[in-house]
Amino acid sequence: MVSFFILVPFLCVLLLNLPWGNLARRLALWVGLGLTAGQAAVSACALAGWIDLRAIPVSPFFKYDLALDTLSIVLLLCSALVFGVALLLSRPLVSQGEQRFNFVCLLLLMLAGTNAVALVRDVFSLYVFIEAVSIVSFILISFNKDQDAFEGAFKYIVLSSMATVLMVLSISLLVLVAGTTSFDGVRAAVAASRHAGVVLGAIGLFLCGLFIKGGLMPFHGWLPDAYTCALNPVSVCLAGIGTKAVGVYTLIRLAYFVFGIDAAVSQAFLLVGAFSIVAGSLAALNQTDYKRLLAYSSISQVGYIILGLGAGTGLGLAAAAFHFFNHAVFKTLLFVNAGALEQKTGLRDMRKLGGLSARMPLTGFSSLIGALSAAGVPPLSGFWSKLLIIIALIGAGYHGYALVAVLASVLTLAYMLAWQRNIFFGPLAAGLENIEEAGWEISGSALLLAVILIGVGIAFPLYLCKLIW
Amino acid sequence: MNGTHLYLLWPLAIVVIMLLVEGLYCIFMTYNLIRLLIGVELLIKAATLMLVTAGYVTGQMALAQALVVTLIVIEVVFIVVATGVVIGFHRHTGSLDVRDTRNLKG
Amino acid sequence: MQANLVINVIILMALIGAGLWAIMTRSLIRSAIALALTSSVLTMVMFRFNSWLAAVFELSVCAGLISVVFISTISLTEPLSPQEVLKHMRDRLARFAFLPILILVVGFALSLLKVSYNLPLPPAALEQDARNVLWYGRELDLLGQVIILISGVFGVIILFRQMRRRS
Repeated sequence: MVSFFILVPFLCVLLLNLPWGNLARRLALWVGLGLTAGQAAVSACALAGWIDLRAIPVSPFFKYDLALDTLSIVLLLCSALVFGVALLLSRPLVSQGEQRFNFVCLLLLMLAGTNAVALVRDVFSLYVFIEAVSIVSFILISFNKDQDAFEGAFKYIVLSSMATVLMVLSISLLVLVAGTTSFDGVRAAVAASRHAGVVLGAIGLFLCGLFIKGGLMPFHGWLPDAYTCALNPVSVCLAGIGTKAVGVYTLIRLAYFVFGIDAAVSQAFLLVGAFSIVAGSLAALNQTDYKRLLAYSSISQVGYIILGLGAGTGLGLAAAAFHFFNHAVFKTLLFVNAGALEQKTGLRDMRKLGGLSARMPLTGFSSLIGALSAAGVPPLSGFWSKLLIIIALIGAGYHGYALVAVLASVLTLAYMLAWQRNIFFGPLAAGLENIEEAGWEISGSALLLAVILIGVGIAFPLYLCKLIW
Repeated sequence: MNGTHLYLLWPLAIVVIMLLVEGLYCIFMTYNLIRLLIGVELLIKAATLMLVTAGYVTGQMALAQALVVTLIVIEVVFIVVATGVVIGFHRHTGSLDVRDTRNLKG
Repeated sequence: MQANLVINVIILMALIGAGLWAIMTRSLIRSAIALALTSSVLTMVMFRFNSWLAAVFELSVCAGLISVVFISTISLTEPLSPQEVLKHMRDRLARFAFLPILILVVGFALSLLKVSYNLPLPPAALEQDARNVLWYGRELDLLGQVIILISGVFGVIILFRQMRRRS
C-alpha cells in the first residue's frame, strides 16, 4: 500500500497524457488538487494515529522495498500541503491551456519523486529519486523562460551536478565497504568499521553532497538566484519542500538512521548549521528585493534544523522534525504572499512599497502571522520548535551554539519586522492606490496556512501537557 | 577467492582522481557554457569509473552494472535538460559566455 | 601477464589523454568528439572488467546519444565572429596550459603514496547476472528511471519548443 504514494501520482501523469483531447487539459489541475488533498488527509490521519498504513493488505504486485515511519509521514504531509498550495497558485499565475497542463504534470512527477525520497530504504534509490526531484526543479525554474530564470537554473544545474558526483563517489565507497546499498547493510558495515578512512570519507562525501542540495552555507551559491527568478508557484515548491526534501530530510534520515551520529558528524552539523543561521540572517537584513530576503531567510531557517540535528539526541531529532514542518508551512505562506504582492503590484523592491495592509488586509494579516512564526514569537508554532531546538542543544551540552541560536532569533525578528513594516505598515506609497486584494486562490491558501500555524502553536502545549500528565 | 583484484583499487582510484581534477579544472577555468557541461560530463565519467572499480574489487559486478546503467540514464536526461537551459540562455543574450551570467548579484 | 598490464596501462592513459584533449582543444565540435572518445575508452575499461551490459550502455548512450545532443546544441547556438574567436584564443593558452602539468604532478604524487586497504571485503554476490539484479532486485531504480525519462520528455517539450516559434 505504501508504494501507492509513488505509483498513483505517476500513473495519473501517464493517464492525463493519453489523447483525451481538451478534457484532460481542463481536468488536470483538479486531479492534482484531489491527489494532494487526499495525501494530506491520509498522512494527517496516520500521524494522529487513527489509521495504520502498514496494516492495509495489498497484492504482492505492489510490494516494493519501501518502509514508512513517523519521519516519513511528516515529509508526506508537508509535501502534500506545499504541492497542494502550489497547484492552487498555478490557477491565477500560470496561463491556461498547454502551459498549465505541463506545469501540473511536472508538479505531480515532483510529488511522486518526493514521496519516494520519504519511503525508500536503499542509498542508491535515494540518490535516484533525489536526482528525479532535482531534474524536475531545473525544468520548473526555467518554466517562464526569461533570462534570469535560465541563469538561476544554470547555476543550480552546475552545483547540483557536483553534488551528484560527490554522492555517487560516496555510494561506490559504500559498495566497497558494505557490498550492498540497502540501509541495513550500510548501517551494519559502517558500525563495524567506524574509524576507517574509507568509511569516514564516504560519510563526508555524501554529507557534503547533501549540504549542496540543501542550500546550506557555504554551498548556498545557487539558492537565492533560483528562488528569486522562478515563477511564484515554483518558488513555493522549491522553498517549501523541494530543497528540504532532498537536502534536509535525507540528512536527517542518513545521519540518524544509517550513518549514526558521532562526535565528528555532530560537529560538522553544528558548524554548518550555525554558519548558515548567522550568515543567512545577516544577508537577509541587507536585501531590498523581498523574494531574495525570503530566500536568505530559508537558508537561515534550514540552519536551525541542522543545528537541532547536531545536538545528537532524540529531543534534537524531534525538534528538528517539528521545525521542518513549521518551516514548510510558514515559508510557503510567506512566498504565497510574495506571489500576491508580485501579481498585484508588479514591484519587487521593498523601498517602493508601503502601507499595503489597508488595501490587502488578508495578505497583510497572514504575512504578519508567518513573519512572527519565522521569528519565533509565542504562541505561534515557530516559537515551540525553536525553543525545543535550544533546549536540545543545552541538554547535549552545546551552550555556545544555543546562545548563537538565541541571538540569531533576534536577527530573524529584525529582518522579518523590516519585511512587514516596509511592505504593509506605514503610509501608502505612491502609485499603489488602486491595488486590490489577491484572488481567492492566493488569499485562501495564505489564510489556511496561517490557521495551521496558529492552530499548531496553540495545540502544541496542550499536547505536551497531555503527554506529561 | 575474494580480494584477488584488490591490487587494482589504488591505481584506478588515482585515475579517478585525475579525471576529477580535469573536470573541476575545466568547470572553473572555462569561459564557454558548453565546455562547462563537458567538464561536468568528465566528472560523471570519473564517478562511473569509481563505481565499476568498487564493484570489480568486491566481486559485486552485477550490482555495480545495475547502478551504472541507472546512472547513465540519469546522466542523459540531465545533459538534455542542461543543454536546453543553455540554448534558452543563448536565445536571450546571444552569447555563451559564463561571464555574462553574472547578472544576478547579492 | 605482462601483456595484460601493458594493455591496462595504455587504456587508462588513453582515458586521461582523451579527457585532456576534450578540455584543451579550441573548437567546441572537436571537444564533443573528444568526449565521445573518452566514453569509448571508458567502455573498453568496462569490457576489461567483464561488465558487458554497462559497457554497451556506456557506448551506445554516452558515446552516441550525448555526443548527438552536444553537437546539435553547438550547431543551434551561433558561432562567434572571427574577431571574438581571436580574442578568446589569446588568453586561452595561458589558462589551460597548466592543466597537463597539474595532472602529471597529481598522478605522480599519488602513486608515491603507499595506501593499503585493510578493511574486510564483503562476500562476493551470489547473483552474477546484472540483468536479474536490475529487473528483480532494483525495481525502484527502474521506476525512478521511468519518472526521470518522462520528466525529461516534458523538459524537452517546454524548453525546446520555443525554437520553432522564434525562428
